[in-house]
Amino acid sequence: MFTYILYALAAAFLLFSFIKDRKKTAAALRKAWKSFESILPSILTVLMIIGLILTFLDEEMISRLLGSDSGILGMLIAAAVGSITLIPGFVAFPLAAALLSAGAGYAQIALFISTLMMVGVATMPLEARYFGKATALKRNMLSLAAALVSSMILGDLI
Amino acid sequence: MKAFLTRYRFFLSFILLDIVLCLAMSEKGSLAVSSSFDSLIEMLSIIPPIFILMGLMDVWISKETMMKYLGKGSGFLGACFSFLLGAFSAGPLYAAFPLAALFLRKGASLFNVFLFLGTWSVAKIPMMLFEITQLGARFTLLRFTLNLVGIILIAFAMARTSDEEREKEIRDRAEEAETQGQSQQQGSRP
Repeated sequence: MFTYILYALAAAFLLFSFIKDRKKTAAALRKAWKSFESILPSILTVLMIIGLILTFLDEEMISRLLGSDSGILGMLIAAAVGSITLIPGFVAFPLAAALLSAGAGYAQIALFISTLMMVGVATMPLEARYFGKATALKRNMLSLAAALVSSMILGDLI
Repeated sequence: MKAFLTRYRFFLSFILLDIVLCLAMSEKGSLAVSSSFDSLIEMLSIIPPIFILMGLMDVWISKETMMKYLGKGSGFLGACFSFLLGAFSAGPLYAAFPLAALFLRKGASLFNVFLFLGTWSVAKIPMMLFEITQLGARFTLLRFTLNLVGIILIAFAMARTSDEEREKEIRDRAEEAETQGQSQQQGSRP
Protein backbone atom coordinates (compact mmCIF):
# COMPACT_ATOMS: atom_id res chain seq x y z
CA MET A 1 0.00 0.00 0.00
CA PHE A 2 2.66 2.46 1.07
CA THR A 3 4.75 1.53 -1.93
CA TYR A 4 1.93 2.82 -4.13
CA ILE A 5 1.92 6.13 -2.26
CA LEU A 6 5.66 6.33 -2.80
CA TYR A 7 5.21 5.70 -6.52
CA ALA A 8 2.42 8.28 -6.72
CA LEU A 9 4.62 10.79 -4.92
CA ALA A 10 7.59 10.13 -7.22
CA ALA A 11 5.36 10.36 -10.30
CA ALA A 12 3.76 13.61 -9.12
CA PHE A 13 7.09 15.27 -8.36
CA LEU A 14 8.55 13.98 -11.60
CA LEU A 15 5.67 15.46 -13.59
CA PHE A 16 5.89 18.75 -11.71
CA SER A 17 9.64 18.87 -12.29
CA PHE A 18 9.19 18.05 -15.98
CA ILE A 19 6.73 20.90 -16.45
CA LYS A 20 9.02 23.35 -14.68
CA ASP A 21 12.33 22.40 -16.25
CA ARG A 22 12.93 19.57 -18.70
CA LYS A 23 16.69 19.76 -18.58
CA LYS A 24 16.83 19.56 -14.81
CA THR A 25 14.42 16.64 -14.84
CA ALA A 26 16.60 14.74 -17.29
CA ALA A 27 19.60 15.46 -15.09
CA ALA A 28 17.67 14.18 -12.06
CA LEU A 29 16.84 10.92 -13.80
CA ARG A 30 20.44 10.50 -14.90
CA LYS A 31 21.55 11.04 -11.30
CA ALA A 32 18.94 8.59 -10.04
CA TRP A 33 20.19 5.92 -12.41
CA LYS A 34 23.84 6.58 -11.61
CA SER A 35 23.39 6.39 -7.86
CA PHE A 36 21.44 3.18 -8.32
CA GLU A 37 24.04 1.70 -10.62
CA SER A 38 26.90 2.60 -8.31
CA ILE A 39 25.30 0.74 -5.40
CA LEU A 40 23.98 -2.20 -7.41
CA PRO A 41 26.91 -4.60 -6.75
CA SER A 42 26.48 -4.16 -2.99
CA ILE A 43 22.71 -4.57 -3.19
CA LEU A 44 22.98 -7.76 -5.21
CA THR A 45 25.52 -9.17 -2.76
CA VAL A 46 23.21 -8.41 0.17
CA LEU A 47 20.32 -10.12 -1.62
CA MET A 48 22.41 -13.24 -2.09
CA ILE A 49 23.27 -13.22 1.63
CA ILE A 50 19.58 -12.85 2.51
CA GLY A 51 18.77 -15.90 0.39
CA LEU A 52 21.34 -18.01 2.19
CA ILE A 53 20.25 -16.79 5.63
CA LEU A 54 16.59 -17.49 4.96
CA THR A 55 17.57 -20.96 3.75
CA PHE A 56 19.62 -22.02 6.73
CA LEU A 57 17.74 -20.16 9.47
CA ASP A 58 14.15 -21.12 8.81
CA GLU A 59 11.10 -20.15 10.86
CA GLU A 60 10.95 -23.44 12.70
CA MET A 61 14.52 -23.13 13.86
CA ILE A 62 14.03 -19.56 15.05
CA SER A 63 10.91 -20.66 16.96
CA ARG A 64 12.78 -23.42 18.72
CA LEU A 65 15.65 -21.22 19.81
CA LEU A 66 13.45 -18.38 21.01
CA GLY A 67 10.81 -20.54 22.63
CA SER A 68 9.35 -20.17 26.12
CA ASP A 69 11.59 -19.71 29.17
CA SER A 70 14.70 -19.19 27.11
CA GLY A 71 15.97 -16.61 29.62
CA ILE A 72 19.34 -14.94 29.07
CA LEU A 73 20.22 -17.46 26.39
CA GLY A 74 17.00 -16.58 24.61
CA MET A 75 17.91 -12.89 24.83
CA LEU A 76 21.32 -13.62 23.32
CA ILE A 77 19.75 -15.64 20.56
CA ALA A 78 17.07 -12.99 19.96
CA ALA A 79 19.75 -10.32 19.64
CA ALA A 80 21.88 -12.49 17.35
CA VAL A 81 19.01 -13.52 15.08
CA GLY A 82 17.60 -10.00 14.92
CA SER A 83 21.00 -8.48 14.18
CA ILE A 84 22.10 -10.96 11.55
CA THR A 85 18.94 -11.71 9.61
CA LEU A 86 17.12 -9.34 7.30
CA ILE A 87 13.54 -10.44 7.66
CA PRO A 88 11.09 -7.90 6.23
CA GLY A 89 8.57 -6.49 8.72
CA PHE A 90 5.68 -8.09 6.92
CA VAL A 91 7.20 -11.49 7.74
CA ALA A 92 8.74 -10.62 11.12
CA PHE A 93 5.63 -9.27 12.88
CA PRO A 94 3.42 -12.29 12.18
CA LEU A 95 6.34 -14.51 13.18
CA ALA A 96 6.78 -12.55 16.41
CA ALA A 97 3.05 -12.81 17.13
CA ALA A 98 3.18 -16.56 16.57
CA LEU A 99 6.17 -16.89 18.88
CA LEU A 100 4.46 -14.83 21.59
CA SER A 101 1.35 -16.99 21.54
CA ALA A 102 3.60 -20.05 21.64
CA GLY A 103 4.99 -18.80 24.94
CA ALA A 104 8.02 -16.73 24.03
CA GLY A 105 8.98 -13.91 26.38
CA TYR A 106 8.01 -10.29 25.62
CA ALA A 107 11.56 -9.08 26.26
CA GLN A 108 12.99 -11.60 23.78
CA ILE A 109 10.47 -10.70 21.13
CA ALA A 110 11.00 -6.98 21.66
CA LEU A 111 14.74 -7.52 21.39
CA PHE A 112 14.33 -9.58 18.23
CA ILE A 113 12.13 -6.87 16.64
CA SER A 114 14.33 -3.99 17.79
CA THR A 115 17.60 -5.50 16.60
CA LEU A 116 15.96 -6.55 13.35
CA MET A 117 15.05 -2.92 12.77
CA MET A 118 18.17 -1.15 14.03
CA VAL A 119 21.13 -3.51 13.73
CA GLY A 120 22.24 -4.86 10.36
CA VAL A 121 25.23 -7.17 10.28
CA ALA A 122 24.59 -8.33 6.72
CA THR A 123 24.23 -4.76 5.48
CA MET A 124 27.25 -3.46 7.38
CA PRO A 125 29.54 -3.57 4.30
CA LEU A 126 26.99 -1.41 2.48
CA GLU A 127 26.70 0.98 5.42
CA ALA A 128 30.50 1.13 5.69
CA ARG A 129 30.73 2.14 2.07
CA TYR A 130 28.54 5.15 2.76
CA PHE A 131 29.82 6.25 6.16
CA GLY A 132 33.10 4.42 6.76
CA LYS A 133 33.78 1.27 8.75
CA ALA A 134 34.26 2.88 12.15
CA THR A 135 31.01 4.86 11.94
CA ALA A 136 29.00 1.88 10.73
CA LEU A 137 30.38 -0.27 13.52
CA LYS A 138 29.69 2.40 16.12
CA ARG A 139 26.11 2.94 15.00
CA ASN A 140 25.41 -0.79 15.08
CA MET A 141 26.99 -1.29 18.52
CA LEU A 142 25.07 1.63 20.01
CA SER A 143 21.86 0.35 18.42
CA LEU A 144 22.43 -3.10 19.90
CA ALA A 145 22.92 -1.57 23.35
CA ALA A 146 19.80 0.59 23.01
CA ALA A 147 17.77 -2.40 21.82
CA LEU A 148 18.93 -4.47 24.81
CA VAL A 149 18.07 -1.85 27.40
CA SER A 150 14.69 -0.93 25.90
CA SER A 151 13.66 -4.60 25.50
CA MET A 152 14.43 -5.37 29.11
CA ILE A 153 12.40 -2.34 30.21
CA LEU A 154 9.56 -3.42 27.90
CA GLY A 155 9.65 -6.93 29.34
CA ASP A 156 9.21 -5.44 32.81
CA LEU A 157 6.52 -2.94 31.93
CA ILE A 158 4.22 -4.99 29.77
CA MET B 1 34.85 -6.58 -18.66
CA LYS B 2 37.57 -6.69 -16.04
CA ALA B 3 36.03 -3.69 -14.30
CA PHE B 4 32.68 -5.48 -14.31
CA LEU B 5 34.21 -8.61 -12.80
CA THR B 6 35.94 -6.56 -10.11
CA ARG B 7 32.82 -4.60 -9.21
CA TYR B 8 30.59 -7.64 -9.09
CA ARG B 9 33.10 -10.12 -7.68
CA PHE B 10 31.22 -10.68 -4.41
CA PHE B 11 27.89 -11.08 -6.15
CA LEU B 12 29.40 -13.49 -8.68
CA SER B 13 31.05 -15.50 -5.90
CA PHE B 14 27.68 -15.91 -4.23
CA ILE B 15 26.12 -16.97 -7.53
CA LEU B 16 28.80 -19.62 -7.76
CA LEU B 17 28.11 -20.66 -4.16
CA ASP B 18 24.39 -20.96 -4.95
CA ILE B 19 25.15 -23.09 -8.00
CA VAL B 20 27.33 -25.41 -5.91
CA LEU B 21 24.57 -25.52 -3.30
CA CYS B 22 22.01 -26.41 -5.97
CA LEU B 23 24.20 -29.28 -7.14
CA ALA B 24 25.06 -30.55 -3.66
CA MET B 25 21.73 -30.06 -1.83
CA SER B 26 19.18 -29.27 -4.47
CA GLU B 27 16.40 -28.45 -2.00
CA LYS B 28 18.42 -25.94 0.02
CA GLY B 29 19.95 -24.55 -3.13
CA SER B 30 16.68 -23.83 -4.84
CA LEU B 31 15.31 -22.32 -1.62
CA ALA B 32 18.31 -19.98 -1.41
CA VAL B 33 17.88 -18.98 -5.05
CA SER B 34 14.16 -18.39 -4.73
CA SER B 35 14.60 -16.43 -1.45
CA SER B 36 17.18 -14.20 -3.08
CA PHE B 37 14.95 -13.79 -6.10
CA ASP B 38 11.93 -12.88 -3.95
CA SER B 39 14.00 -10.27 -2.10
CA LEU B 40 15.23 -8.93 -5.43
CA ILE B 41 11.67 -8.51 -6.68
CA GLU B 42 10.62 -6.90 -3.40
CA MET B 43 13.53 -4.53 -3.56
CA LEU B 44 13.14 -3.64 -7.20
CA SER B 45 9.54 -2.74 -6.46
CA ILE B 46 10.54 -0.34 -3.66
CA ILE B 47 13.71 1.19 -5.05
CA PRO B 48 12.71 3.05 -8.26
CA PRO B 49 10.59 5.78 -6.62
CA ILE B 50 13.19 6.25 -3.89
CA PHE B 51 16.00 6.84 -6.36
CA ILE B 52 13.83 9.05 -8.56
CA LEU B 53 12.92 11.18 -5.53
CA MET B 54 16.60 11.30 -4.63
CA GLY B 55 17.55 12.44 -8.12
CA LEU B 56 14.89 15.15 -8.05
CA MET B 57 15.94 16.25 -4.57
CA ASP B 58 19.53 16.42 -5.75
CA VAL B 59 18.83 18.82 -8.62
CA TRP B 60 16.10 20.93 -7.00
CA ILE B 61 17.23 21.27 -3.39
CA SER B 62 20.31 23.41 -3.09
CA LYS B 63 22.95 22.93 -0.49
CA GLU B 64 21.88 26.20 1.11
CA THR B 65 18.28 25.05 1.52
CA MET B 66 19.34 21.74 3.02
CA MET B 67 21.71 23.46 5.41
CA LYS B 68 18.95 25.83 6.47
CA TYR B 69 16.47 23.06 7.31
CA LEU B 70 18.72 20.19 8.38
CA GLY B 71 22.09 21.84 8.95
CA LYS B 72 23.94 22.55 12.16
CA GLY B 73 21.89 25.59 13.17
CA SER B 74 18.52 24.01 12.35
CA GLY B 75 17.83 23.14 15.98
CA PHE B 76 14.60 21.60 17.19
CA LEU B 77 12.78 22.24 13.92
CA GLY B 78 15.53 20.45 12.00
CA ALA B 79 15.24 17.47 14.32
CA CYS B 80 11.45 17.36 13.83
CA PHE B 81 11.95 17.54 10.09
CA SER B 82 14.45 14.64 10.16
CA PHE B 83 12.03 12.64 12.28
CA LEU B 84 9.13 13.20 9.87
CA LEU B 85 11.30 12.29 6.87
CA GLY B 86 12.14 8.98 8.50
CA ALA B 87 8.64 8.26 9.80
CA PHE B 88 6.92 8.73 6.46
CA SER B 89 9.15 6.33 4.63
CA ALA B 90 9.04 2.77 3.42
CA GLY B 91 11.55 0.06 2.82
CA PRO B 92 14.41 -1.62 4.65
CA LEU B 93 17.10 0.38 6.43
CA TYR B 94 19.67 -0.19 3.71
CA ALA B 95 17.47 1.79 1.32
CA ALA B 96 17.97 4.79 3.65
CA PHE B 97 21.77 4.78 3.48
CA PRO B 98 22.04 6.42 0.04
CA LEU B 99 19.49 9.05 1.11
CA ALA B 100 21.41 9.76 4.30
CA ALA B 101 24.59 10.10 2.24
CA LEU B 102 22.83 12.60 -0.03
CA PHE B 103 21.67 14.62 3.01
CA LEU B 104 25.24 14.64 4.33
CA ARG B 105 26.63 15.83 1.04
CA LYS B 106 24.05 18.61 0.97
CA GLY B 107 25.12 19.81 4.39
CA ALA B 108 22.72 18.22 6.89
CA SER B 109 24.10 17.89 10.42
CA LEU B 110 25.29 14.51 11.71
CA PHE B 111 22.66 14.56 14.47
CA ASN B 112 19.84 15.05 11.98
CA VAL B 113 21.16 12.41 9.59
CA PHE B 114 21.44 9.78 12.32
CA LEU B 115 18.06 10.78 13.73
CA PHE B 116 16.65 10.26 10.24
CA LEU B 117 18.29 6.81 10.00
CA GLY B 118 17.01 5.92 13.46
CA THR B 119 13.45 6.98 12.73
CA TRP B 120 13.54 5.14 9.44
CA SER B 121 14.59 1.98 11.27
CA VAL B 122 12.18 1.94 14.24
CA ALA B 123 9.32 4.35 13.58
CA LYS B 124 8.08 3.92 10.03
CA ILE B 125 4.39 4.74 10.36
CA PRO B 126 3.04 2.29 7.74
CA MET B 127 5.00 -0.53 9.33
CA MET B 128 3.84 0.39 12.82
CA LEU B 129 0.21 0.21 11.73
CA PHE B 130 0.87 -3.36 10.66
CA GLU B 131 2.75 -4.06 13.89
CA ILE B 132 -0.32 -2.94 15.89
CA THR B 133 -2.50 -5.43 14.03
CA GLN B 134 -0.04 -8.23 14.81
CA LEU B 135 1.38 -7.51 18.25
CA GLY B 136 -1.15 -5.10 19.73
CA ALA B 137 -1.12 -1.38 20.42
CA ARG B 138 0.37 -1.72 23.90
CA PHE B 139 3.45 -3.61 22.69
CA THR B 140 3.89 -1.38 19.63
CA LEU B 141 3.60 1.92 21.50
CA LEU B 142 5.87 0.77 24.31
CA ARG B 143 8.47 -0.43 21.84
CA PHE B 144 8.17 2.78 19.82
CA THR B 145 8.53 5.03 22.86
CA LEU B 146 11.53 3.13 24.25
CA ASN B 147 13.24 2.87 20.87
CA LEU B 148 12.59 6.56 20.23
CA VAL B 149 14.54 7.45 23.37
CA GLY B 150 17.25 5.08 22.10
CA ILE B 151 17.57 6.59 18.64
CA ILE B 152 17.67 10.16 19.97
CA LEU B 153 20.47 9.17 22.36
CA ILE B 154 22.28 7.35 19.53
CA ALA B 155 22.02 10.32 17.17
CA PHE B 156 23.31 12.53 19.97
CA ALA B 157 26.17 10.16 20.73
CA MET B 158 27.10 9.78 17.05
CA ALA B 159 27.22 13.56 16.59
CA ARG B 160 29.00 14.26 19.87
CA THR B 161 31.70 11.58 19.54
CA SER B 162 32.60 12.64 16.01
CA ASP B 163 35.08 15.50 16.14
CA GLU B 164 35.60 17.72 13.13
CA GLU B 165 38.18 15.50 11.50
CA ARG B 166 36.00 12.43 11.88
CA GLU B 167 32.96 14.31 10.63
CA LYS B 168 34.85 15.39 7.53
CA GLU B 169 35.86 11.79 6.94
CA ILE B 170 32.23 10.63 7.19
CA ARG B 171 31.13 13.35 4.77
CA ASP B 172 33.93 12.59 2.31
CA ARG B 173 33.14 8.92 2.49
CA ALA B 174 29.43 9.50 1.88
CA GLU B 175 30.20 11.75 -1.06
CA GLU B 176 32.68 9.32 -2.52
CA ALA B 177 30.29 6.37 -2.20
CA GLU B 178 27.52 8.37 -3.75
CA THR B 179 29.42 9.58 -6.78
CA GLN B 180 31.42 6.45 -7.43
CA GLY B 181 29.35 5.27 -10.37
CA GLN B 182 29.65 8.65 -12.00
CA SER B 183 33.41 8.81 -12.34
CA GLN B 184 34.08 5.47 -14.01
CA GLN B 185 36.13 4.38 -11.05
CA GLN B 186 36.28 0.71 -10.60
CA GLY B 187 34.08 -0.23 -7.69
CA SER B 188 35.86 -0.97 -4.49
CA ARG B 189 34.32 -3.02 -1.72
CA PRO B 190 30.61 -3.77 -1.78
